[in-house]
Amino acid sequence: MFSTALIVFREVLEAALIVAILAAATRGISGRGRWLLGGVALGVLGSALVATGTEVIANLASGIGQELFNASVLSLAVVMLATHNIWMTTHGRALAADAQGIGSAVRLGEKKLAAMLIVVAIAVLREGAETVLFLYGISASAGTGAMLAGGLTGLLGGVACGYFLYTGLVRIPLKLFFKATSLLILLLAASMAAQAVGLLIQAGVIADSGVALWDTSAFLREDSLPGMLAHGLTGYTARPAAAQVFAYFTTLVCIIAAMKLAHRLRRRHRHRPTLSAHQVRLSH
Amino acid sequence: MQTIVMHRWLFPLIAVFAWPAAAADMDLRLVIENHRFVPAEIRVPSGKRLKLLLENRDASAEEFDSYELNREKVIPGNSNSFVWIGPLKPGRYAFVGEFNAATARGTLIAE
Repeated sequence: MFSTALIVFREVLEAALIVAILAAATRGISGRGRWLLGGVALGVLGSALVATGTEVIANLASGIGQELFNASVLSLAVVMLATHNIWMTTHGRALAADAQGIGSAVRLGEKKLAAMLIVVAIAVLREGAETVLFLYGISASAGTGAMLAGGLTGLLGGVACGYFLYTGLVRIPLKLFFKATSLLILLLAASMAAQAVGLLIQAGVIADSGVALWDTSAFLREDSLPGMLAHGLTGYTARPAAAQVFAYFTTLVCIIAAMKLAHRLRRRHRHRPTLSAHQVRLSH
Repeated sequence: MQTIVMHRWLFPLIAVFAWPAAAADMDLRLVIENHRFVPAEIRVPSGKRLKLLLENRDASAEEFDSYELNREKVIPGNSNSFVWIGPLKPGRYAFVGEFNAATARGTLIAE
């Protein structure tokens, strides 16, 4: 049971950290709870579907269907996270004002919530499909009782970690809050881009030198709890391929550049009295 | 010539991305049976790109997982799959079947 719980925990942890970060990042947008839960539900449903269709997906594209599918899904999430962060550079303050109950409800966020629903669904789907397959195997070999006991323990552990991250994040003072969440989302996007590239290397679509750019496994093992957390939050990989590191930093640089540009454009066109009123209040 | 010198930094990137992906130096086969890898120890030449064929003869799915090789792939029950690995430095690379990690363990030895 313990090994079952551990595997489920590891899969759930990754998804839970992502959901926690997005839940924190969408603070102040009305109706976000429904959207985030909708994303989780969609992800769980998708997991069951993908698990059932594993064989079909695996055999697509002469055996690299699994990698192509996951890499596409991850790329979509990268784009969604990037646009979210860029959008937040210009709307973050208005949302912060709303989170404090100042001013009227900010409804700008609805479209962004749809994007976040997709990212949450993808995060759950990615880890969920594997978990479903694994648990199916356990229930066939060790029985449904053992599967449920291990599965639920792992699930609770993973969700608890996500919950702690969320409560920790929302306690951060507002001035730092948006910096913290946008940094986490930035790292999440970079991490997903690196994972997508890793899958393409494995599939033989991108050729790689094969030699890890560095090896930090002696310092921080990926299968230890700190290693899992580092992987979930920053995309830490002990033995990354050169192309993965390249994808990671390219994604970081591109999103930061776009955020800076959006911020500069915004400052040039700042004529909205309601927003400035919020900003004035926030600064006190 | 001038442009080549100016874009010298591009070479590593081109080397990474333009390596012909289909140029397998050799193929290797690992069978998964009764939640074990056969063979449990597989010797491969170092410095070569390898297509590692994975044949799952069990009815349940298995996940080929190796932190050392930086690879992770689900193989559905009763089906064939593969992952590309290498070129590897000489050494030992552990791998497991994550779904049955107690029994499905193996080592790839590059020499």
